[in-house]
Amino acid sequence: MATKASRSAARVMMAPAVILLLGWMLVPLIMTLWFSFRNYQPLRGGDLGFAGFDNYIRFVTSSAFWPAVVATLVIVVGALAITVMLGVLLAILLDQPMWGQGVVRILVIAPFFVMPTVSGLLWKNMFLDSVNGLFAHLWKFFGATPVEWLIENPFLSIIVIVSWQWLPFATLILLTAIQSLDSEQLEAAEMDGAPVLKRFWHIVIPHLSRAITVVILIETIFLLSIFAEIFVTTAGAFGTKTLTYLIFQRVLESQNVGLGSAGGVYAIILANIVAIFLMRIVGKNLDA
Amino acid sequence: MGRIVLDKVSKRFGDVEVIPPIDLVIEDGEFAVFVGPSGCGKSTLLRLIAGLEDVTSGQIRIDGNDATNLAPAQRRLAMVFQSYALYPHMTVRKNIAFPLRMAKLDKAEIDKRVANAAAVLNLTDYLDRRPGQLSGGQRQRVAIGRAIVREPAAFLFDEPLSNLDAALRVGMRLEISELHKRLATTMVYVTHDQVEAMTMADKIVVLRAGHIEQVGSPLELYRTPRNIFVAGFIGSPRMNFIEGAEAAKHGAHTIGIRPEHIAVSSEAGPWSGVVAVSEHLGSDTFFHIHDSGLAETLTVRADGEVGFRHGDRVYLTPRDDQFHRFDAKGLRIE
Repeated sequence: MATKASRSAARVMMAPAVILLLGWMLVPLIMTLWFSFRNYQPLRGGDLGFAGFDNYIRFVTSSAFWPAVVATLVIVVGALAITVMLGVLLAILLDQPMWGQGVVRILVIAPFFVMPTVSGLLWKNMFLDSVNGLFAHLWKFFGATPVEWLIENPFLSIIVIVSWQWLPFATLILLTAIQSLDSEQLEAAEMDGAPVLKRFWHIVIPHLSRAITVVILIETIFLLSIFAEIFVTTAGAFGTKTLTYLIFQRVLESQNVGLGSAGGVYAIILANIVAIFLMRIVGKNLDA
Repeated sequence: MGRIVLDKVSKRFGDVEVIPPIDLVIEDGEFAVFVGPSGCGKSTLLRLIAGLEDVTSGQIRIDGNDATNLAPAQRRLAMVFQSYALYPHMTVRKNIAFPLRMAKLDKAEIDKRVANAAAVLNLTDYLDRRPGQLSGGQRQRVAIGRAIVREPAAFLFDEPLSNLDAALRVGMRLEISELHKRLATTMVYVTHDQVEAMTMADKIVVLRAGHIEQVGSPLELYRTPRNIFVAGFIGSPRMNFIEGAEAAKHGAHTIGIRPEHIAVSSEAGPWSGVVAVSEHLGSDTFFHIHDSGLAETLTVRADGEVGFRHGDRVYLTPRDDQFHRFDAKGLRIE
């Protein structure tokens, strides 16, 4: 790729991909930005003109905003804690030599292939349902009253569903990281007098720290925008209205496109802040 | 103190007997070298002593105490690994201090011992660096530092120099030998390089396929190898082996003669041959000689000034008192 001709050829050949990507990204982005400054309410007269920063101010001052932020954080932090902790444990387990390793690994990854809507419905109907759910049967077997999971523990239910989906991702990344750990380091630590837990804490965890950060950042970006799991389970009821769900309600239920778009712009900014950290860390990883 | 006794120690991996029952004594303060070709079980033997592998049968005693079932950390042994196995996320200081922290020594004592080790190993200027910022030789020294701060009963080295370049290897060889003289602690050293074994060891243990072929001082092994394998393994270049009529004259199935015990001349000698390759090292010259009718190739050492070239016919005179005689089983005949 040194000559002038080859460089311009490369540019020409890359152009379709770049243009497609830019179009895909820029058109919706610019439309969102545009609508966020308009007073656009399709069922109440359509585009009612320029709104300045009114939409932005209204979005954050609405009584639903802060509860939505808190709900989002609870779900993101909860799911992160579960996936990272269980992910590390599962990765260590899967790293042990055992019979049927390949099959077990595929089984562990399987939930990642189930689409969010389906996994939400699966959990809602097969596990959490208070009449026919697996948990209900289990409770009844022990003589207890079945729990109305989605009503009584809506956050826990959603966190469990989301964690179930994202645990395979965390496990997979952490497993590859664990496999790159030099076994002589563990043996050296063993000779140095570090028992199992201390080896885990002083050798394994530091070795995994970068992979854990990557898992946390990537998951954060995706968890900030979870929607289907909430839509098919609680539909935003019982306080589970997240930021994404709030935007959806503003646009489709209140038919206020302008207000929803302003919320969307906040979400973009938030996701980009996380993305900047992510790129820095991944970039560092590639350098090393 | 650090007297290590292996009493009928054996190791199996499943059905494969890697090490048949072995008896071996390593005296306190001794520098013992396990040497052998790759796959001979020398690293496994070291790991058995370290406790990183369980013995299948037999007993390991350290200073008279049964250590067979002790955890590695309780055997008071320190190991230096081939890959150095430094902890990459810790500074040199923390790496060296790690075993002391695990032993819960107080802060002042840890600092003192780390400073001492760093001074001994010329690492004082590098204490705050991470292993990734050090050269191979420095990493090696950190690994040794991590071993000496524990003041162990014995040091175990698993091919510690094989990742270094040739010049550094010679330097580190000297440093480890000096360290041994200064600390007077037992050292067990595994290598496949017979030069390292010859130069460093008080006692060499030659292993093949898990069996101990011979144990002895470097010169014992050089002068009186017990069998053909040891004779061929110890000494560089390799000993020449001659079979057939020439061996029968000496009443043996095979006779061996080292390259340095054959004189070479252009005029006369009992053997003759054609120079195939001559290797000039400056101080010495090695001739590889074909068509002698005795063996496919004979290697001969001569002074650096001797200048035969490819294709020259030369005459060889072996020193009669330096023949090694072996029977049909390859065992030495006295």
